[in-house]
Amino acid sequence: MNLNATLIGEVIAFALLIWFCMHFIWPPLLNAISERQKKIADGLEAAERARVELKQAGTQVADEVRKARQQANEILGQAQQQANQVMEKARADAQQEVGRQQAVAQANLERMTQNAREQLRDQVASLAVRGAEKILQREVDPAVHKALLDQLVAEI
Amino acid sequence: MSTEAPMGLSEYITHHLGNLTVQVGPGGFWTLQVDTLAVSLIFAVIISLWLWSFARRASSGVPSRGQAFVELVVEFVDGQVKDVFHGDSRLLGPLALTVFLWVLFMNLMDVLPIDAIPRALSLFGVEHFRAVPTAEITTTFAMSLTIFVLTIFYSFRAKGFGGYMKEVFTEPFGPWLAPLNLLMNLIEMVSKPVSLAMRLFGNMYAGELVFMLLAGMIGAGSAVLFGLGVVGYLAWGIFELLIILIQAFIFMVLSVVYIAMAQQHH
Repeated sequence: MNLNATLIGEVIAFALLIWFCMHFIWPPLLNAISERQKKIADGLEAAERARVELKQAGTQVADEVRKARQQANEILGQAQQQANQVMEKARADAQQEVGRQQAVAQANLERMTQNAREQLRDQVASLAVRGAEKILQREVDPAVHKALLDQLVAEI
Repeated sequence: MSTEAPMGLSEYITHHLGNLTVQVGPGGFWTLQVDTLAVSLIFAVIISLWLWSFARRASSGVPSRGQAFVELVVEFVDGQVKDVFHGDSRLLGPLALTVFLWVLFMNLMDVLPIDAIPRALSLFGVEHFRAVPTAEITTTFAMSLTIFVLTIFYSFRAKGFGGYMKEVFTEPFGPWLAPLNLLMNLIEMVSKPVSLAMRLFGNMYAGELVFMLLAGMIGAGSAVLFGLGVVGYLAWGIFELLIILIQAFIFMVLSVVYIAMAQQHH
């Protein structure tokens, strides 16, 4: 109960305990705590940033998809148009070809008709000449002539 | 409770209030209370090893349960210190942690059954043993004296010799009442460590005395007194748990406040 030398011993023990705590316990523990606090703060910040980035990426993706779809539609339209053009052109070409072929055939036909007519004319002429020669070799007899001439006319 | 020979309540209490002492020199002062020193030193070593085992491999990664608990205590103490003092707390934090844990552990000896340690040690021929170091004025006064010295040291460091002297002689009544100022300041200076030591000592001593009285009731030989004693012992034990924690906390906070105040200019 009364103050005695125990006091000195307790003061020494207390001082040593404070000293030990000050050098070996407090600093490492507090460092660890503040470091972890910083880590957690960094982690939260990173998560928030990632969240924003993800959101941005989502809108970007949607944007890209929309653009791609639009482009695909454009390309499809162009292709349709081109196909139409090609078909139109083919049809036109074919019609033109048909016309050309018809013209050629017509020309051939006319040429052949012409030829046949010429040949016929030649034959008629030579026949006429041969008839005239026959007539001239004999005496002209009206009745005979008449008969010959009729024959001629019939031949032409 | 009874020892070998039946004894009365006052004898029982007197017996419990005796210290295990060793005389190291002539006169009453040169007496060492071996029980007080042993228990407090054992707790000092336990606290040191406990905290050190976690501080040694403290990492900022995921903490183990033990580390988390130690960090919880450290952060609690650090928060208390930061509430009071906004400066370089290289000393204050560790001091507060030491005070809090040491006082708490020593106080906790109070809730052990009052006869447990003395009876166990009496088997080895130890006649007297007081197991609660904070119920000794020597322990509490040793701590408050250390804090008093630190207060003086920090006053000088923060204000300089001249500044501190000026404050002692001119506050709070101005330079014309210098002697009165000195008297007031001396009273304030002395009252701080005395009240700090007395508060803890008084609480723990009183708590111990109540336990002794209840133990005396239990051992009085009457069934009614036995029942009342057991119920009272349990109730007082639960209340004492609260006192133990509160007193350790108060001692810590006041220590921090005194040292923080010493560094503040008026």
